[in-house]
Parts: sequence; C-alpha cells; structure tokens
Amino acid sequence: MQARLQEMKQSALAQISQVADAQALQELRVKYLGKKGELTEILRGMGSLSAEERPIVGQLVNDVREALERALGEKQEELEQAALRAKLASQQIDVTLPGRPVPAGTMHPLSRIIEQIEDIFIGMGFEVAEGPEVELDHFNFEMLNLPKDHPARDMQDSFYITDDILLRTHTSPVQARTMLKKEGRTPVKIICPGKVYRRDDDDATHSHQFTQVEGLVVDKGIRMSDLKGTLLSFARQMFGPNQQIRLRPSFFPFTEPSAEVDIQCVICGGEGCRVCKHTGWIEILGSGMVHPRVLQMAGYDPQEVSGFAFGMGVERIAMLRYGVEDVRHFYTNDVRFLRQFNRG
Amino acid sequence: MKVSYQWLSDYVDLSDITPHELAEKLTRSGIEVEAVEPRNLGVSHVVVGYVKERSKHPDADRLSVCIVDAGQGEDLQIVCGAANVAQGQKVPVALPGAKLPGGIVIKRSKLRGVESQGMICSAKELGINDKLLAKDQQEGILVLPDEAEVGMDAVTYLGLDDYVLELGLTPNRSDCLSMIGVAYEVAAILGREVKLPRIEVVEDGGENPVTVQIEAKDHCYRYVGRHFTHAQIGSSPQWMKNRLMAAGVRPINNVVDITNYVMLEYGQPLHAFDAAKVANRSIVVRLAEPEEKLVTLDDQERTLDGETLVIADPEKGLAIAGIMGGANSEIVPDTTEIILEAAYFTPRSIRRSARMLGMRTEGCVRWEKGVDQSRVAEAGERAAMLIQQLAKATVSRGVASAVVQQAEPVTIAITLEKINGHLGTSLTAEEVSAIFDRLQFAYEQTGSAWRVTVPTRRGDIALPEDLIEEVARLYGYDNIPTSLPEGETVQGGLTPEQKLRRTIRHHLIGLGMAEAISYALVHPRLNAAVAGLHEGELKPIPLAMPMSEDHSVLRTGLLPSLLETLTYNRNRQNHDLAFFELGHVFLSAEEKLTRLPEERFYLGGVLTGQWVPQNWQGVKQPVDFFLVKGIVESLLSRLGIADAVYRPAADLTGMHPGRTAEVTVNGKKIGFFGQLHPQTEKTYDLEETYVFQFDVAQLAALSTPLINYAPLPKFPAVTRDLALVVDRATPAAALAETIREAAGDLLESLTLFDVYTGERIAADKKSMAFSLVYRHPERTLQDEEVQEVTSRVIQALAEKTGAELRA
Repeated sequence: MQARLQEMKQSALAQISQVADAQALQELRVKYLGKKGELTEILRGMGSLSAEERPIVGQLVNDVREALERALGEKQEELEQAALRAKLASQQIDVTLPGRPVPAGTMHPLSRIIEQIEDIFIGMGFEVAEGPEVELDHFNFEMLNLPKDHPARDMQDSFYITDDILLRTHTSPVQARTMLKKEGRTPVKIICPGKVYRRDDDDATHSHQFTQVEGLVVDKGIRMSDLKGTLLSFARQMFGPNQQIRLRPSFFPFTEPSAEVDIQCVICGGEGCRVCKHTGWIEILGSGMVHPRVLQMAGYDPQEVSGFAFGMGVERIAMLRYGVEDVRHFYTNDVRFLRQFNRG
Repeated sequence: MKVSYQWLSDYVDLSDITPHELAEKLTRSGIEVEAVEPRNLGVSHVVVGYVKERSKHPDADRLSVCIVDAGQGEDLQIVCGAANVAQGQKVPVALPGAKLPGGIVIKRSKLRGVESQGMICSAKELGINDKLLAKDQQEGILVLPDEAEVGMDAVTYLGLDDYVLELGLTPNRSDCLSMIGVAYEVAAILGREVKLPRIEVVEDGGENPVTVQIEAKDHCYRYVGRHFTHAQIGSSPQWMKNRLMAAGVRPINNVVDITNYVMLEYGQPLHAFDAAKVANRSIVVRLAEPEEKLVTLDDQERTLDGETLVIADPEKGLAIAGIMGGANSEIVPDTTEIILEAAYFTPRSIRRSARMLGMRTEGCVRWEKGVDQSRVAEAGERAAMLIQQLAKATVSRGVASAVVQQAEPVTIAITLEKINGHLGTSLTAEEVSAIFDRLQFAYEQTGSAWRVTVPTRRGDIALPEDLIEEVARLYGYDNIPTSLPEGETVQGGLTPEQKLRRTIRHHLIGLGMAEAISYALVHPRLNAAVAGLHEGELKPIPLAMPMSEDHSVLRTGLLPSLLETLTYNRNRQNHDLAFFELGHVFLSAEEKLTRLPEERFYLGGVLTGQWVPQNWQGVKQPVDFFLVKGIVESLLSRLGIADAVYRPAADLTGMHPGRTAEVTVNGKKIGFFGQLHPQTEKTYDLEETYVFQFDVAQLAALSTPLINYAPLPKFPAVTRDLALVVDRATPAAALAETIREAAGDLLESLTLFDVYTGERIAADKKSMAFSLVYRHPERTLQDEEVQEVTSRVIQALAEKTGAELRA
C-alpha cells in the first residue's frame, strides 16, 4: 500500500508538471484529491491495515496529499501567471496612435485682453461700468466738452443715425453717464470696456468697429501723479514687471492736462525696431486729468474734486501682444485665426 | 505742418541743436514731430552751370552736346538727353564723382562716341518732388534763374541742405500752424528769445483808394486792405521758392507766393486781388445770395448759399472768404495794381462754408482752427513789405480797415497750491514763474499766486487747468512723480450680470466652442433672415450715411452675422465649426429714432459640420439637434436655471419647423435653438446647421449661482427599468412628467436610456425605456413599497399617455 501511494505520488507529480492549462489541472485535482479521487480511494482501504501500519500509512497519505496540493497550487500559480502574461501581451496597443479628439474651444483674443484688463483694474479697486453703444450726441460729445462746432469733432468722423443719435465713437460717454448716476458722490473708480464705431474704411490698421477700455477716477485730491502711478502699475501687470511708461503731452477735449502714454516696445524691449519706428516706445493709450467742464457738467465741483481718465484700444494691445498684423482678423472670425488663442 | 529747420532758425537760435534733437524735444513737450525728413535725398557734387554752347550730337538725334561753364576752371563737355536744354541757361550740373538720390554715381563716360564730363540734372534727378514744381519745370532739365551763381553748390542754392520737421498737431495747437508760432514753442522749450521779422513798409505811392465795408458782422471781425501799384508779377527769388517747397507749397508767382509765405510765417491766410478788376476799389464783406454763383481760381463754378461769406465789390463776388479767390480778380502776369486782404473770419463761418462746398485749402485749415486776431494787421504789413521788395510795387498811403471787434487777451488767476495739488509735484514759485517767462506769458505775481495774461496767439488757453498743462509740459511729464490715489479704498468687481457673461463664455469655450465677435452693422437683408427674440414688429435702424450697404443697419439678432461667419469659414475650407457670440442687439419700433433704441445683450451660437471629426477609430460625430440641446442644457444647468421647458416651435423665421425648440422658464420665453431651415441653409450655402439664441438678461434674472449643499444619501437606492410602448407622436417629456408626478418624492432620478422604433413593434408605435431610481432619505426601501410606486407609475402612464409595458 505504501508502495502504491509512492507510485501514485510519482505519477501524479509527473502529470501535474506536464499540465498546460487550468482545466486539465482541475481534472488532475479531481482525479487525485477529489471525493472519488485516487487518494480517497486509498484512504478507504486503510481499514484493512494493522494498528501499527495505520498511523504510518496515515502519515504517508497526508504527506502525499500535501505534496500533491503544493504541486497543484504551484502549477496553478504558474498557469495563472502565464495566462496573465499572455493576456497582457495580447492587449498591447500602439501608444503612438493619436488620442480621440475632444472638442477644444477658444476665447476670442479681444475677450482675453478685456478680461485681463478688467482683472487688473478690479484688483486696484475699479468697478466695471457699461453704457449703450447707440448714444446721444449729448453724451458722446457735448458732455465731454465737445460742443457742436468743436474742431476736435473732425478727429472722429461718426456714424450718425439721426442728428442727435449716433454710434458712440468712444467709450467716454460712459464716464459722463456714470458720474451723473453717482450724483456727486465720490469716489468714482470705473473702467468701461466696450465696442465703439467710427467712419473708417476697413483696412489692415483701421476698423469701423473696434473696442476700447475707458477708465475714470474722481475723488478729492486726485493728482496727475496718481494717473501716472496707476498706469505704470497697469503696464507692469499687462506687459511685464520691468515695464516703464512715458507720458507725452497731448490734447483731448475732455482732459486737461492730457497725455499720451507709451510703453517700452514689447517687440524689441526698447532697443528700437520697425514696430516702434526705432524709438523704443509704443503708444498704447490716451489719458489726462478730467477737464473741469466735464466734471461740472456731470454734477461735480472742480474746486472740490479732481479726477483722471484714460482710454485704450483693445485691438492695438492685442496686436502688440500677439503680433497680429491686420486688425480685420479680429472681426472675420476665421477659425484658423481664433484657434491660435487657445492657451493659458 | 511742415517746418523747415533753416527757416525756423531765422526766428530762434538753433545753432547748437540738430533737427533730430529738436524733434525729440518738441515731441516730448507736446508738439508731436511725426518725421524729420532731409531735403537732400543724396545729392553731392552738383553745381550751378552755364550752358555756353549747345549743338546736336553727331550720331544721335535726341542728344545734345553742351559746353558748360560749371566754375571748374575748364569748361565741361556734357551730353544731354533733355529736349529743353538750350544755350544761355543756368542748370544744375552733376560733376564726375557726383552722387544723386537712389545711389547713382556720375562718371565720365562716352555717349554714342562723344565724351560726357558729367550730367545736367532734372528736378526729379535731384530728388525734388514734381508736385512742387511749376508745370514747365516738370519736364526735362531743371532750368535755374539767371541770377544763380555759376559754380555754386546746387544743394545750397536749392535749399536742399535743410531738414523738414513734420508736425502732427493736435486740434488745440493751431498756433503752431505758423513758423512764428513754432518759434515761440521752441523758444519756450529751449529758454531762448524769439526774433520776429523787422517790418518796414515805405508808403511811396498815392492815397489808398480802397474802401472796406463789413456787412456780415458775425462772420468777419476785421478786414484790412493794402493797395499797390506798379507791381511786377514774376517768379519769386529762389530762397522763397525753396522755403515754400520745403513747406510743401508750390511756387506760382511772386505775389501769390508772398501771400502763401506770410501765411506759413504768421499763420494768417491772405489774399491778393487784381485791383483793376475790383469795381470802385470797393470791398464789401457780405453773405452770398442764395444760389449765387462764383467761378473760383481753379476754374470751377461754385454755387453758394445764403450762409457763405463772400468778399465782393459793389457789382459782383470776388472770392469765397477764407476758402478760395475768384477767377475774375486773380493775379495774372500783367497785373500791376493789387489789393491785399488781411482779415479775421470766424472759424465757425469758414468751417461751415468749407464743408458745404467740400473744399479744404491750406487757408481753410487755419481759419477753421482760429487765427490770431491780434496779428492780422502785422501779417498784412509783412506781406506788403515783401510785395514792395520782391514785386517792386509802389505802396499806396494808408491802410483801408474795418473792425467789428477786437480780441482781448485772457487773464487767469492761479496759485502754486493748485498747480502742485493737481500735478502731484512740489514745484517752487520761482520754477513756475520761470516757465511763464519762457512761454512769454505776462503775469503779476503775489507770493505764490499769479495773474497770468495769455497772449492771443494761444487761443487754447482759457482756464487754470490749461495753464497747469503748460507748466506740466515745460516742467516735463517725466519729472512728475508716480503715486496712487490716496482716498477711501473701494471694493472693485464685476456685477452679477458681468460675472454671468463670463461664466457663459468660459462654459461654452470649455464645451468646445469658439468665441466670435462680429460687426454690429449689417446688411439690411440679414436682419430678416433668422428669427430674433423680440416681441412685436421692429423697424430697421439705418445709418444716415453708411459707408456700404453691407454695414448700413444695426443688427437685431446675433444669428445673421454668425451665419455669415460660417459661410466665410466654409469658403476657406473650414468645415467643422462651432461659434458663439455675446453682444448687443438693437431694437426699435420707431420709423425714425426719436430716442435711443433698446439694447439687449444676447448669446448666439451656430454649429455645422462634424462635432467630433473623422478619426482613426472611425467615430466621427456630426452636429445635430441633440448636441445643441445638450449644450443648452449644460449651460442652463451651469447657470443654475432649473425648470426649463422645451416646446416645439414650428413657425420661427429661418428655422426648421420640425426641429426647433423654444425654451421657456416659468412661462417666459428666454431663447430658442434648433436646425436652420433648409432654405436658409441654402441661402447661406451651408450644410446642416444648428443654432441657438438667448437673451442674457433673462438668463441673469433666472440664474441661481449660489450652491446649497445637500447631504449625501445614507440609504441604498433601488432601480427599476420600464420599457414603454407609446404612440409615435407622444413626446418624451409627457412620459417623464407623468412618471415624476406619479412616483412622487421617492423618485430620485429618471433617465431615458433607449428609444426604439422598428419591426419588433407596431409601425405607429415607439418604445421608450426609462430607468427609475428610488430612494428614501431615512430608511432602506422595502420591495413592496417599490412595487407599489412602480405600479402607480405604470397605471398613471397608461391612463395619461396610453403607454403599455413592452412585452
């Protein structure tokens, strides 16, 4: 009987080591260790053994069972590993294939610039004010110290609808509207982004519709140095921490003194290039101290309060910022143009 | 204004400052110099020569062989191709080694076998603009006046050793439309004095016979008439021609040139009449008769109106005041008797007439901006002196003059405190006084307060702030410190609606759409092409004077221009497109606007082509109705707008009658979306296109952006699926509504997961499968409860929609 056990063990181990798949292994398990398996059968024959033999054979049976179970377990593990390896091998893909396209939207470059400008000024305590794009001559011109026969009206040929109603030529009427709404309260601290319209033929540098951001601060004791400091802070946040600004005397009917503001050329960094006409400077906005007549007309006493105002062209800043050479791109909405503004 | 550097140095010492340095200083203190152009574009070794002999070239019909004395010791033999070269002329001669503009170098050479020791130059070859030359000088070689000195450097003779500063003047600085005005500015910047021309008129003739009468007293404040006899009309001396050309003015004859020269010098437009043509030598300044005709110097007949100021004699109009003289009294070569006009016409009058007539002369520009009333007579005398000197005229005794009113200089009171308070500077009283001195403004000073008398030449200065600007710009804007406003700090920020617009923008971009911005001015046809969101009938809002029909009316919706954007892109092979736009539309029911139109802020979107493009996995996904609806739902959900109801909208202009939905919330229409009508698609040359349009103010009113946290469920949910067979026409929303109503609070969510029509069910039926998720917030649901609710749902569905459970 012991010999039979040994023989069975050898034969079973040999068979287990030959097995190549999980099912055959299971069959062997049943064949040797199952309820009707060979080992069980041998156990059943234990009754015929003597009392001395019985524990010896019992021990032997247990040894054989353990040996078989271990062999079966190891084989099973081995087969599972092999199966996993095979599965992984079969699952290999070409990782260089392109990913499935996910639609990607883009913000219009003018919106990007406007949001940046808004955020910079909001950070400095400005509110964002708005006004109508179709304006009364009264707000667009007269409230800004541009009476009907003022020569400066030549500077902005306008789209009139009637004698008194026109498409606003600048965002400045929002200044007057905001001040009137504030009824003399201070401080006024607003920026006004928006579309404006002028009778220009559309070409690479002109557009009959364009975008401005206007700014206005009115309070007691506002000085021209505050204008300078505010714009310097803006220029540094918008164009880089080392930016310098330069103010040049200029003329706007609604400010006095007036200044045009240059930043260091963003292309050459001030060295001089074609874009800045070799001056190292680029004009980006107009500004000045609010004209006393403008304050007066809007219900503020110029003896009591003063203010500064500024206005910039969003297209110009976008063109400088992104190197766009033709202003018409902003309004034709060619998707090949728009899709380039999809970062950051 | 073009300013000759050499000419300017007559009035202010520029000996230690280059044209470019001067330009920089002017620009930095408020007079922008747009360009500094050298008059010499590369001419050297060109001298004045005398053509002693001219003979025909032996072997070339069109060439001449000239013997030229160019002051070189020996005469030069020069072959010349110009037809107008002749013996006895003074001409510019390029010597061997001479350089000409464009990098041309002149060498000794042989032309058809004849040696040529240089070249006789045309004006063009010397870089002189044709437009500044008389007609007879534009062809062939440049013939110089007889008095030109042989051997003299032609660059010097022609004034080419000069620079021209081109000023870009702001409208307030019309004082710098004159050389003397610029001189005052330069003198203020450099702290130097102004040297004015010394004027001396010798009245060597008889009594001035001219009478002057101003009838239009609102249009003309002053009129001065000088009278001359024995004038000799001829060409001006070269120095004057050079200066006029530097200023961009073409020389004509000495008298006309003098009026132009003095206009450039003093900023005072002048006019000369042939006195023999002026009836009674009597000048009347009056308004034109309505429809009065006058032939101007350019031989055009002009029709005037009753507001046009004319200079007339008792019989006829002689000139349109301030704009252009009449042909009937023009200075011509045989004119000998002259009336010279120096006047002050009001800017308003001249601007109106110039606009009405569509004429804009150099004189107009100055009149419109306002000339210095106090200099009228002085400028007249300056011109009289020059006419006497250069046209050898005899000046009659006395000046005919009429004055309506005088200009009074403005006096402004200002304090140091005000100046420093406005600028943020800490200037001293001495510094401020020094600036007033440099400006040559007179003042009375009391401690740190001034009463400043502003000369009439600076008509732009009327208020203390104007004076502050003068102080600031001469002190230097660079020297103003930087600071930040010191008042009460205020909270900045966006309004809720502004925030909402950003949320919409960022959400749609996140979903994969591209933001567009289009023109608010559109073609009238576009507004009618697709429905808007307004109620009632709209009238178009046209511009009074559009630049083109394409941009002639204001848009009433965003879709038309967005559709054009699609067409524009498709024409450039961009086929897969998804745009949205946020912007104003303009609504009015008025035939002609009497008040501002209503401006609404809309959101529009257009989609066409593939949403997911063709890819190697083969899963391209075209844009369709349910994609657009998904975008709309996603947006509304993002804005916290629940309870949106989608109803079929069969009659929206330009929209597909069976594929358009109107969106209402609480019974109020907030927008619509759907497929474009195939006819509209065809009009715009588009494939299947889907659009949406919403009123942003409505979205803002409904939006509930505040987030209120709900605790996570503690008990399990139970899911039941129901496959329902209903009539094909039954809308999904009706089933969902019935299910929700019947299931009550236990129903946590409801998902439609399948819609089937086909051979496995009756032809007029469809199957819709819903997944119902039940949950009780406080306990685990029992099977019986779930069964009971589900039965209730099935029963309600059967009663209200005729739905049966699918077998």
